[in-house]
Amino acid sequence: MEHREVTRPSVSAAEPGGVPQGLRDLAGDWAADQEVFRHVHWGKAMIWIFLLSDTFIFSSFLVSYMTMRASVTVPWPNPSEVFALTIAGQSIPLILIAIMTFVLISSSGTMAMAVNFGYRRNRRVTAALMLATALLGATFVSMQAFEWSKLIHEGVRPWGNPWGAAQFGACFFMITGFHGLHVSGGVIILVTVAIKVLRGHYDVSGDYSAVEIAGLYWHFVDLVWVFIFAFFYLW
Amino acid sequence: MNHATHVPTSDAALAGGHGAPEAHGTAAEPGHGAGHTPGQTHPIGVYLKVWAYLFVLSTLSYLVDYFHVAGVMRWVLILTFMVLKAGLIVAIFMHMAWERMALVYAILVPPLALGTLIFLMWIEADYTFWTRILFLGGGS
Repeated sequence: MEHREVTRPSVSAAEPGGVPQGLRDLAGDWAADQEVFRHVHWGKAMIWIFLLSDTFIFSSFLVSYMTMRASVTVPWPNPSEVFALTIAGQSIPLILIAIMTFVLISSSGTMAMAVNFGYRRNRRVTAALMLATALLGATFVSMQAFEWSKLIHEGVRPWGNPWGAAQFGACFFMITGFHGLHVSGGVIILVTVAIKVLRGHYDVSGDYSAVEIAGLYWHFVDLVWVFIFAFFYLW
Repeated sequence: MNHATHVPTSDAALAGGHGAPEAHGTAAEPGHGAGHTPGQTHPIGVYLKVWAYLFVLSTLSYLVDYFHVAGVMRWVLILTFMVLKAGLIVAIFMHMAWERMALVYAILVPPLALGTLIFLMWIEADYTFWTRILFLGGGS
């Protein structure tokens, strides 16, 4: 293991009233001109920082949804009934959302395996799994489009709806819309990277991290859905 | 290493090849997983198992709604399944369990600040609610 320790002016830990050595080291590690994320691919560190910022964006939406829902004095529309579908003459609560959840989880599964096969340098399987992921993602967006048009047809608007608190529509369109936008963007990224995998681009560079980076983004989209599913649809 | 001249001709020749990507250097990091190279290669079975767990957890959280579980029990179940699912995705699918401490802490600690936001907005929502009830005729 190589040591890339930067020589710092040594400060005696025994200095009376001084800052403990551990804290000095912490500050030094982050402040000194050296690599913090050692042995972490730069692209991976960057996508993680992007996802961290995205976490705050989605959190802002969900917290504002909490604020609106907790402050209304009229009943909140019951998601279980709003998102029910009538299949074969029977009304099944929340069924479309459940199917969407399974589709997205499955896409996360195929993506995780694509990353694995990428690092094994198995081009065809990697690309096939990525395209399967993209297909599942596109399926998810299509079902969301169906859900949107159904709700719009039933009279849901950002400023009102037939069943209760007017804020319901604003929360629904904002949160699921932003998430759907992320899924759509993810599908484009996946297809792009899959084509590059097929063409042997990453074999030339010898670096399959691009697959993992695309994967991290995709898993994050799935992760956000876990929270939306719990807080918006089930609560 | 000369990247440009190394053009692969078949997948089979590459399938066994497991070189660390150049960008990382070649040294395996001691104390980093079981000597994993940064390439994150784990048995496929791990992913299939997590996939199955996620399916089960999603089904369970759907059943909470299907059987109209209500009150505190509903919230406890929903949050439990949610946290378990999120944990599995982040730890296994996103490989956080095998990353270096510096990266794990840099990503997982900042979101804790959201607790403050949630707390403040909870107070604010409560205040708005009672203002509407007491002074705005129910707010409807």
